[in-house]
Amino acid sequence: MIESLIAWILRAIPFGTIIMYGAMGEILTEKSGNLNLGVPGIMYLGGFAGFASSYYYEKLVPDPNGAVCVTLAIVCCLAASMLGGLIYSFLTITLRANQNVTGLALTIFGKGFANFFGAYILNGQSYTAAPLANSMFAHKIFPFADKAGVLGKTVFGYGFMVYAAIIMAIVMGIILSKTRVGLNLRAVGENPATADADAVSVNKYKYLATCIGAGISGLGGMYYVLDYNQGIWATTGQIEALGWLAVALVIFTTWKPVNAIWGAYLFGMFYWLYQFLPDIMGWKVASYVTDLIQMVPYVVTIIVLIVVSLRKKKENQPPESLGLSYFREDR
Amino acid sequence: MKEPLIRIVKRDMSPIPHKILVRAIAIILALVVDALFIYFVTGLNPFSVYVVMFNGTFGNQMRILWALRDMVTLLGIGIALAPAFKMKFWNIGAEGQVLIGGLATALVMTYCGNTFSTPVLFILMVASAIIAGGVWGLIPAIFKSKWGTNETLFTLMMNYIAISFTSAATNYMRGQASSLGKLNMGTKAGWMPKVFGQAFNVNIIVVFALMVVMFIYLTYSKHGYEITVVGESENTALYAGINVTKVRIRTMIISGAICGLVGFLLVSGRDQTISTNTAGGNGFTAIIVAWLAKFNPFYMALIAALLTFLSKGAAEIASTYALNDFAADILTGIILFFILGSEFFINYKLIFRHKEVRG
Amino acid sequence: MGNAIEIKNVTKTFGKTIANKNVTLNIHEGEILSLLGENGSGKTTLMNMLSGIYFPDSGAIFVGGKQVEIRSPKDAYELGIGMVHQHFKLVDVFNAVENIALGFDTKRFGSFNLKRVKARAEEICKKYGFDLNMDQKVYEMSVSQKQTLEIVKVLYRGADFLILDEPTAVLTPQETEKLFAVIRNMKSDGKSVIIITHKLKEVLEISDRVAILRKGEFVGDIATKDATESSLTEMMMGEKVELNIERSLPVNTMTRIEINNLSVTDREGVKILDNISFKIKSGEILGIAGISGNGQKELLESIAGLQKTKPGSSIKFFAGNEGEQEMQLIGMTPRMIRDAGIHLAFVPEDRLGMGLVGSMGMDGNMMLKTYDSGRSFVTDRKLPRIQAERIRKRLGVVTPSLSTPVSRLSGGNVQKVLVGRELASNPTVLMTAYAVRGLDINTSYTIYKLLNEEKQKGVAVVYVGEELDVLLELCDRIVVLCGGKVSGILDARNTTKEEVGLLMTSYRGEVQEQ
Repeated sequence: MIESLIAWILRAIPFGTIIMYGAMGEILTEKSGNLNLGVPGIMYLGGFAGFASSYYYEKLVPDPNGAVCVTLAIVCCLAASMLGGLIYSFLTITLRANQNVTGLALTIFGKGFANFFGAYILNGQSYTAAPLANSMFAHKIFPFADKAGVLGKTVFGYGFMVYAAIIMAIVMGIILSKTRVGLNLRAVGENPATADADAVSVNKYKYLATCIGAGISGLGGMYYVLDYNQGIWATTGQIEALGWLAVALVIFTTWKPVNAIWGAYLFGMFYWLYQFLPDIMGWKVASYVTDLIQMVPYVVTIIVLIVVSLRKKKENQPPESLGLSYFREDR
Repeated sequence: MKEPLIRIVKRDMSPIPHKILVRAIAIILALVVDALFIYFVTGLNPFSVYVVMFNGTFGNQMRILWALRDMVTLLGIGIALAPAFKMKFWNIGAEGQVLIGGLATALVMTYCGNTFSTPVLFILMVASAIIAGGVWGLIPAIFKSKWGTNETLFTLMMNYIAISFTSAATNYMRGQASSLGKLNMGTKAGWMPKVFGQAFNVNIIVVFALMVVMFIYLTYSKHGYEITVVGESENTALYAGINVTKVRIRTMIISGAICGLVGFLLVSGRDQTISTNTAGGNGFTAIIVAWLAKFNPFYMALIAALLTFLSKGAAEIASTYALNDFAADILTGIILFFILGSEFFINYKLIFRHKEVRG
Repeated sequence: MGNAIEIKNVTKTFGKTIANKNVTLNIHEGEILSLLGENGSGKTTLMNMLSGIYFPDSGAIFVGGKQVEIRSPKDAYELGIGMVHQHFKLVDVFNAVENIALGFDTKRFGSFNLKRVKARAEEICKKYGFDLNMDQKVYEMSVSQKQTLEIVKVLYRGADFLILDEPTAVLTPQETEKLFAVIRNMKSDGKSVIIITHKLKEVLEISDRVAILRKGEFVGDIATKDATESSLTEMMMGEKVELNIERSLPVNTMTRIEINNLSVTDREGVKILDNISFKIKSGEILGIAGISGNGQKELLESIAGLQKTKPGSSIKFFAGNEGEQEMQLIGMTPRMIRDAGIHLAFVPEDRLGMGLVGSMGMDGNMMLKTYDSGRSFVTDRKLPRIQAERIRKRLGVVTPSLSTPVSRLSGGNVQKVLVGRELASNPTVLMTAYAVRGLDINTSYTIYKLLNEEKQKGVAVVYVGEELDVLLELCDRIVVLCGGKVSGILDARNTTKEEVGLLMTSYRGEVQEQ
């Protein structure tokens, strides 16, 4: 039984890490007042760019170096997903296109782009792998992890991206609540007219938050392919579902990055509930029930959404100008 | 500080030729970018590629029918979304509403297929699909009305609950089999009757009829009038004595119900089975279709036709040049970006800095 | 005392309207200056040019003897000018300190340290006697606390010139007293304070000097010690202008609507209408005078069934036919009023946001209140078109076609469509809010004529207006609102501009209708 629990946690934490990146990026974006429904597309772009770059590096360079491979993957992932964010920003901020529609178009584009070129690389095979990148990403950074028993295994037994995500969430939380940049950014998302009157450059903040946010979301896609999915690019719809789950997680955290840490792991536990809970409890569950259990994260998110709107506590509401474009009219 | 280089001013009104010109330029530019993309991937002359795409869509009667079949799926959902969007209610949940309608249909087919006569069975299928879709639309509308719960995020989450139900049900129905296969394979109970040789022709007819009905509903009916007023300004609606909550809930039931009906058409008329891919992302693409058409069902038909041409054409390129179908999504994405961006040039004009005249 | 700020020949136009014309005004160091004028006299526009919101079309501004260009609020701050706007610019979910710290650049304020900001802000509060909790969130603050925060924010940025735009409009008398105390403290600290206002009593109480604007032009200034309420009113209102509006004697007057103890509060619990009572009679035009924002909107909306009222309020409608019961309008929705057979026409202040649907044409707008008549599922489109055509001809509405969205028509034409529709409904009671605001002379006269025709038909007409000359010549009786109370009910034929002006600006106790 305890083994099942450990196995469950070992599954849930990497899973949570994927959507934690996705959600953190989206939190940053939404803090600037942009509701980017292109997260799934961005995660596709990031995942694909990370995979493609390491795949070609491993294939074309005679003696590939692990560190170079990782750096290359991250840089390419950031570049591709930030480009996706830039398309979104240009359309919604400069050209004032509708945010929802633009985001959905970006999701279609990102999904198509990644899968098309993914299949292009696959070239007839059903999957292909980037083993070096995978081994680097999956490498447990704490050497004592395996010897430290249950705790070591469940807490220290992951690749660096898991810990980077936690650090990033904390840093982002500090930046948002304790720095001038964070204060200005929140003001832009809450009340751009006030921020504008106080000499905060609204468009600059929106562009930067959206593009950097897209970069962070993209890392989730890359982590999925190169670590979680063992360096295998497979043409499945999995990333899209993860992307929407990340959007759900943003609501669950009530737009606070630090909540994304435990929220993401909780979502991971929910997601794998169907496999491990029956084991632990000794139930025999029909497979269709497991399908039903998979809706738990979404149901929980809806409940959070309702409770937040019910309680009307200002701190937990979405940024006030979320989804609206800002136009200073002719002042 | 200087006067900015370019000043942006809202246009009061842009004449219709200007609107058409802007959109035409956007589509042409998008097709050029699409052509460049195709050229870089395949190394082929883009013009001959467009010929291939054209043949892939309109090459023979069967292809045209297939294209129509795909187009009406998109169009049908777009029609369903139009009243909600016109009311400024962001229903992102079409995917789930279609799926739950399809699921209701499939369940009736499976469990009542042998019990009832064909007309009764069809009435049951349609009714259950409409109710299921309507309920899926109703739930977020109630919360929006009561507590102002954000409908964009709510309807989005509802999609995944529908997917979860669908995958559970298909799992249950298939039992030990590896896949569900066509429902009622032996009796063909609940299969849409063939009209002009194809069952899905019924879908085409029904959706085109819906298009006209929805246009009339939105433009001429009292309900349509109320929807327009509520979407424009809640204050005006109150002033006119319109019950905003009632209109909002009624409209979302209609929106969800039509999505449910499309789900019925897909299951009974196109697939004769159900899977989590039955809606196939059309629920999301249709949002863009409805938005770009400014909620006019006839414009929706045009945009749906354009997108169907791209995806059918891309599929044809894929099979001709051994590529894959996802090219369609890239081409679609690019064209959507351009059309979305072009709206700006319809609503605003740019004024370039001129020499300072201030003394 | 030197001239710290000099405004020289400044002109500002918005499209065709001239907001300020050749205004020259000096502001001295360490004085409290009142900027006095009616609605629309250009006070706020003028000050917005000092605070960087607008840029003048022509003219010059000097600060400390040097000509300056103020292009943004930031430029203004750097010159030591800060303005507290009527609509506060605060972020609701931020606390006081965070709002103060918003938008600072490192160059001027050093590295980011909320503790230091808080300490300095508290120092400012102590120095001038502000009462402000720095950790309180803005959404938990009362209006006066928000205003205090805005002032502290401006002072924190080192402003030596404070512009306060109608600071007392939202305050209780006690809060006003407190505000005046701090303003005096600021003065003794050498700061200059400019108060935009039209409340004469306050002008006399707090300021050293009064500058008066009328219709965008500078009329003159006077030391407060030499001024009286009536001398200021005269400067503010100007000579009486003969408008030659035809006015017939009221015919067949009888009470249509009786308002008793009507009270309305806004979301923050501030009293907008405070226990008001008066009668609206058929066959006459009743003017409602008052500085805008003194409850006119809420008054009309209460009658129309659009406003929540406090318990105890009563609005009775009398059909006037023998044997018919009076009807209580409180608690009725617009639809219920309509269904009860009361023909209540209402021309609201917000024409496109409430009275009309901007995206629809004249034809669609005609049926806004009648679209659901009849049993048919579809709307009747013939009748509205005929009606629209009739209104277009009768009032001379300029529109490319009957189906052109009304939001694309000019302001005057929009108003004609709205008034035309309301008149076509054959009203018993007709309420208009700022019916001629923004309209040219000819259109205004058309509207006056229409209102008079309705009056002669026996309709009870309510005219909420801002131009006293018009109110005096058009109306039969005038109810004056001040601070949400009825400060006077006057016979329009036997009153003067000064009398109305005084009642508008100062409340002198309960008024009973004779």
